[in-house]
Amino acid sequence: MSKLMLTSSQTVGPFFAPALLRPDAERHILVEPQTAGERIRIEGHVLDGDRLPVPDALVEIWQANAHGRYFHPLDQRSAALGPSFVGFGRSGTENEGFYWFETIKPGAVPFDAERWQAPHVCITVFARGLLNHLVTRLYFADEPTNASDPILLCVPENRRSTLLASRHQERTGVVYRFDIILQGEYETVFFNV
Amino acid sequence: MNHTTIGDIVRGDREIFPPYLYEAYQSTRRRAPLLPLIEVPLTLSELTGPGPAISAITPEDADLTRNAGTGGEALGQRIVVTGRVLDDQGHPVPNTLLEIWQANAAGRYLHKRDQWPGPLDPNFLGMGRCLTNAEGVYRFLTIRPGAYPWLNHPNAWRPAHIHFSLFGPSMRSRLVTQMYFPDDPLHALDPILNGVPTEPARQRLIAFYDHNVTEPEWALGYHWDIVLAGASATPFEPVKEG
Repeated sequence: MSKLMLTSSQTVGPFFAPALLRPDAERHILVEPQTAGERIRIEGHVLDGDRLPVPDALVEIWQANAHGRYFHPLDQRSAALGPSFVGFGRSGTENEGFYWFETIKPGAVPFDAERWQAPHVCITVFARGLLNHLVTRLYFADEPTNASDPILLCVPENRRSTLLASRHQERTGVVYRFDIILQGEYETVFFNV
Repeated sequence: MNHTTIGDIVRGDREIFPPYLYEAYQSTRRRAPLLPLIEVPLTLSELTGPGPAISAITPEDADLTRNAGTGGEALGQRIVVTGRVLDDQGHPVPNTLLEIWQANAAGRYLHKRDQWPGPLDPNFLGMGRCLTNAEGVYRFLTIRPGAYPWLNHPNAWRPAHIHFSLFGPSMRSRLVTQMYFPDDPLHALDPILNGVPTEPARQRLIAFYDHNVTEPEWALGYHWDIVLAGASATPFEPVKEG
């Protein structure tokens, strides 16, 4: 049980960019040349209930490295961990609601002692008009282990596709597209965590 | 604000956290999800987070009165804002990053989309950051922000506030919120503060004047503690090979 009442959330508002997107605070590129793993680009739009782009959102991601290990003191497993990949990204959406990251595809991470989670990227969305941030996950549409992912199995089957990023081979490399639809038809699944 | 549709989709404790749909705050109407949030168990993905790593690499910048780098000092009532960052068990959260942003003393943000005719201050950027110390204490020197008008409803004014962003130790502890000042008549009129569902939770967002923080011949002192979700309600032990 909690001993203290948590501090409540308030909207990030429209004016966060000078603080949260200053050059050393925005993080589009998560990789360095020596980072292990398959290079991918993650990109998409944040859209509102009218399918209009949300140009004042903030999208943050958190992911494991290519070996499925988190750069975090709680993750003490022996999988390789290097200083060249933290796994945190932060993008604004000033350009027509568009966000993007250059990262690597994460490895699978454990769910419990027996089961594994499919590779996934945790996504947090802040925006004017969101009194609390939204929490979702990106899964990779071409990943066969999605079928047994314990979290995806919590999601009604007809909504799981909203969590699947589609793979595209472009001249510049592999791109996974993932639109975040805040409201309405094909509304993205958000989690109560 | 007496007649507003309040949605029932809430992330976290319903006594504390605002619903996504709170129609008095108009921007929620087309941005609030309308389908229920999915309940899922916490995993290693949520019990870790970027806080420890990002706090280690982000420099401190806690003096907003001078960090514009002009050599000049921001105009306004100089204030110290300090307090502790704690988890829900009351333990301090040490070495964690706080990022803040605010309007200037006239209520104007340095932002291209803030165009109301309040004056800008060339010596004030309105952003800063710092790390908590080993006891979870943070401290900013800044100026008291002004109230400012917005277009939410006729003659709408936001009460003076400072935006805070914190990571804490895990994804669960991520928090973006706003700190308000005591005894502000605009509190009762503000749909953003009143989106918080209960009076105790709203009061938790209001700093108190602390004469022990006030510095003679220098700055008024405000105290505001922040309580972040901890990992205590989880089944997880640190993950090792097993």
